[in-house]
Amino acid sequence: MDRLALDVAHLLAGGLVLVSFMLLYQDRMTGLVNNFALHALVVSLSVAWQAHIQHAPHLYITAAIALIVKAIVIPLALHRIIVQLGIHRTIETVVGIGQTMLAGIGLVALSIMVMLPITAKAGTLTQQDLAFALSVLLLGLLMMISRRNAVSQVIGFMSIENGLILAATGAKGMPLVVEISVAFSILIALIVIGVFLFRIRERFDTVDIHALHQYRGEQL
Amino acid sequence: MALAGLLWCIGALLAISVAAIPAARHRWGTPAVYGSALCASTIGLGLALASLLGGGALLGALTLPVGLPWLGAHFRLDALAAFFLVVVNLGAAGASLYGLGYGSHEEAPGRVLPFFPAFLAGMNLVVLADDAFTFLFTWELMSLTSWALVMAHHRRPGNAAAGYLYLIMASFGTLALLLAFGLLAGPAGGYAFAAIRAAPPAPGVAAAVLVLALIGAGSKAGLVPLHVWLPLAHPAAPSHVSALMSGVMTKVAVYGAVRIVFDLLGVPTWWAGALVALLGGVTAVMGVLHALMEHDLKRLLAYHTVENIGIIFIGLGLALAFGANGMRAAAALALTAALLHVFNHSVFKSLLFFGSGAVLTATGERDMERLGGLIHRMPLTAFVFLVGSAAISALPPFNGFVSEWLTFQAILVSPALPQWLLKFLVPAIGALLALSAALAAACFVKAFGVTFLGRPRSDAARQAVETDRWSLATMLILAALCLVAGILPGYFIDALAPVVRALAGAQLPRQGELDWLTIVPVAQSRSSYNGLLLFLIIAFAAGLGAEAIHRWASGVSRRSAPWDCGFPDASPATQYTAGSFSQPIRRVFGSVVFRAREEVNMPPPGDLRAAQMHVRMRDVLWDAFYAPVAGLVSYVADRLNKVQFLSIRAYLTLVFGALVTLLTVLAVWR
Amino acid sequence: MAIGLQLLVQICQMALVLALAPLFAGYVRKVKAHLLRRQGPPLAQHYRELLRLLRKDVVLADSASWVFRVAPYLIFATTWVAVSLVPTFAIGLIFSYAADVIAIVALLGSARFMLALAGLDVGTSFGGIGSSREMLIASLAEPAMLMVVFTLSLLAGSTQLSSIAASMQASDVGLRFSIALALIGLVMVALAENARIPIDNPATHLELTMVHEAMILEYSGRHLALIEAAAYLKLLLYVSVIACVFFPWGIAISGQGPAAYFAGIGVYLLKLAAGGFLLAVFETAIAKMRVFRVPDFLGAALMLGFLATLLLFVTLAG
Repeated sequence: MDRLALDVAHLLAGGLVLVSFMLLYQDRMTGLVNNFALHALVVSLSVAWQAHIQHAPHLYITAAIALIVKAIVIPLALHRIIVQLGIHRTIETVVGIGQTMLAGIGLVALSIMVMLPITAKAGTLTQQDLAFALSVLLLGLLMMISRRNAVSQVIGFMSIENGLILAATGAKGMPLVVEISVAFSILIALIVIGVFLFRIRERFDTVDIHALHQYRGEQL
Repeated sequence: MALAGLLWCIGALLAISVAAIPAARHRWGTPAVYGSALCASTIGLGLALASLLGGGALLGALTLPVGLPWLGAHFRLDALAAFFLVVVNLGAAGASLYGLGYGSHEEAPGRVLPFFPAFLAGMNLVVLADDAFTFLFTWELMSLTSWALVMAHHRRPGNAAAGYLYLIMASFGTLALLLAFGLLAGPAGGYAFAAIRAAPPAPGVAAAVLVLALIGAGSKAGLVPLHVWLPLAHPAAPSHVSALMSGVMTKVAVYGAVRIVFDLLGVPTWWAGALVALLGGVTAVMGVLHALMEHDLKRLLAYHTVENIGIIFIGLGLALAFGANGMRAAAALALTAALLHVFNHSVFKSLLFFGSGAVLTATGERDMERLGGLIHRMPLTAFVFLVGSAAISALPPFNGFVSEWLTFQAILVSPALPQWLLKFLVPAIGALLALSAALAAACFVKAFGVTFLGRPRSDAARQAVETDRWSLATMLILAALCLVAGILPGYFIDALAPVVRALAGAQLPRQGELDWLTIVPVAQSRSSYNGLLLFLIIAFAAGLGAEAIHRWASGVSRRSAPWDCGFPDASPATQYTAGSFSQPIRRVFGSVVFRAREEVNMPPPGDLRAAQMHVRMRDVLWDAFYAPVAGLVSYVADRLNKVQFLSIRAYLTLVFGALVTLLTVLAVWR
Repeated sequence: MAIGLQLLVQICQMALVLALAPLFAGYVRKVKAHLLRRQGPPLAQHYRELLRLLRKDVVLADSASWVFRVAPYLIFATTWVAVSLVPTFAIGLIFSYAADVIAIVALLGSARFMLALAGLDVGTSFGGIGSSREMLIASLAEPAMLMVVFTLSLLAGSTQLSSIAASMQASDVGLRFSIALALIGLVMVALAENARIPIDNPATHLELTMVHEAMILEYSGRHLALIEAAAYLKLLLYVSVIACVFFPWGIAISGQGPAAYFAGIGVYLLKLAAGGFLLAVFETAIAKMRVFRVPDFLGAALMLGFLATLLLFVTLAG
């Protein structure tokens, strides 16, 4: 594999980590959704590049699905939801942005430290992709636990899925069926969550999940 | 032989200390004691310098028949000891010279004079000690004499509590060192350092010794979280003693750590380096953040000692990490950086404490919120304080920058380390170091700006007068040293070479012979710094600019009221205060580190009451480590209170029970 | 003789940056004005302003001390020397080994230290607010800068700007994502350090929004001229650092002779034109931040620096 191919793959995978950080940095709803669209775009580009250098045409389909569903359909749907819910305000974060980002850096360092030694025998490409994919995954989880708003939790959840795709393509040869089923389950999850969001809003006048706790019958 | 000469100097100091008890009652006592202490420490400085630069000819060892009967008191002068003796005696000479002037303001000379020379002697002896018993004994001598000096003004509010806390922490630290030496000596009980060196401990024991040494020396040096006593005790002493405690005694503690960890412990492990460097980084940032929140000038300086100890320990930790991986040149670089910072910090911290002492005698104030405008009344003190502030803020061309720059260079070598944890940790520590350097600059803009610049905030500040000549001479010498060490660092690095070679097994390339006196720690293509050239070009450019402007453009200036965006001349109370200066930083960092909360009480419109703002801060480390211990102690003390009110028979029962228990233990043990 | 020649080139560089700095600042202002459909002041306006200020008398506040009067000269000289050590049209000039990039940043730190003190000297509230905020911004920008330096030194094995530029010029660096991250981080630091939008607005005189302008509020005449010149020089410095590290093409190597030097100057001017244009576009497109958003902004720069280092470790391991 020549140097340039490797560099571009590195660029795209690293770019995905960066976009994950940008997701953490965003504190406005619309910006967050647009950022997520960018996240999905980078994933699909990365997958497409993997398809090109691994000569695996079925990955192009994965890339196309990621592009259409996650970079276009879901962001548009989320925009609609946001507008209908009227929550294009500042996100309330549980901890400050600075601390979240510091924790994020720690997570990236951790995943590199974990992944590089144990994948030392695999190729450079796999090694990098796995390290970055684990970072994206952890950053998505971090986003889910550091945000209160249900919509940003949904986005965190979907960025985790993008990380999984990155890992799977890097590891060479993910069956197409898996990807399609994952994509559909994500779509269905989105629909379900969207319905729930509306139900929650109707019932409690907010989508801040913090407000739901007082109805749980147990103390925080 | 230099060692004998040094011991005579120490003997002289102890004799002065005894003679000071009667002399303190007379007016001539103060100058006599400080003058003779100055002589003794200057001779000591000369001997130490000669042995450091003399290339090993003057080094040696000596055993005196005092102390434990089967051990004697071992003393040894090697390169490391010689370097630290230079630091100790330079600080001691400075403090004595300063004391000649400052001591005349002392209200209770009888509480200071007898302990001052003994304190100097104690610090000298620790550095020379070559067996565990002598080391611990002199270490305690140093602690107790400095404690007595802290308690010199014990009637001032807060000082007694500070002294109490200091005593507890010092005892705790000595206990840790005692255990460390016990482990090092092993079951055979070889307490001489030579015997310890000959039989390095097993890895498990070495780890325990390392932790104990860090606790013991770190509690004296002010390593977070063992620093709590330092900002209370150091400022409580008279200012020249504060300078000694902050500038020199903490360095003796660093010496203790270096002696045990680098010399006695044998080959280091890499995690030790990671631990020490991380502790150093946290200490640096916590120290400077605390300093920023502080409005008491001397306490601010004491917190900066904590910061600088952190920087020194970063260098030491890196040296350990490199040494553990066999990267000797890099270890030498890190160790040189740490030791150079030891020297630099002792110089500028003494200078700054002397300056704060001058402010204290001139105004009677340590609270910066009641100072201001002193530059007009005390121009020379202001000038030297400015030099010290620039040096401690790591600004070129002064000396603080050189050692921090070397530390950064050592950090930049870290990617070559094989351990992943270190690869990631060291850049983060580098960021902490950069943060602490930048915050230190902010803090000294505050310290100098609020104290010396602006308009006076109180009558005391309005009526201040310039300090005496002895104090000024001391401060000017130290300020000159700050500049010289900053623009000619090559010679200072070369002077450290024998120390570094002995501890790290390598040394930096010789700097004094390089072209143009540039310093090049690794290679020319990698990095280089030339303070002299920078200083000369800046001076030339500034002079050129001034000359050209005054010749061809305008040279006229006139005075008028400040513009201040068109507001009329307001009262000095409208100036920025120390509290308002650090408010943005408190808001950014303090809300996390100190859980700082601001509370504003604004009366409703029409109500004539003044608006109020309260800032609440908590010391998180105190809450986490010390408050539980203090709570436990008072709980146990409450329980034991009953024992105070027993009958004679019950007391006798207790004694009898204790005796029988001990005898039983003895019987079973055998 | 060789040393004399090298010294001459170095002095040329000092003169060049001094002559270019006001022009560059004026150019940025002009482009911004054009983007807003305004005519804008002529390119030479900054020179005229400096000359006018130099000829005017200085009005000192009653409470000003010698620090206030000495500071402008020191700030100007330190900044000027710092720019002269950055490779502009040629690398490896004779003084460039006097300071690496850490020392250059520290020199700027010295200048800032003096400026912040001068802000406190008169004893007004505006000077204090400026100094306090300037030191806050600096304390956040410096760690970010160090992480960028760390990335560069990991790539080039050096903190010497000349060596970094030489090694970036050699094409074996490849397409590295870390370089892009470091570039973004450095640009963010540069915006903060030069009091540009979104951190501070160089054109504002609204009391509560200014940082740099608040510190120099009491300055007048030749003192103000020197401080303004130092600010222009600092802007030029950061643009030059970015140009020589990330876009080192066309830079001459010391000792190549006059032809190479002139070509280097031409390329340098082109780079400045491009950099100034981008700066103007960016500043026009974005709004100023609240002061307490700045920590997030610079925290992001620090994070980019960290990320660049981490990602570089991954590639270097592979």
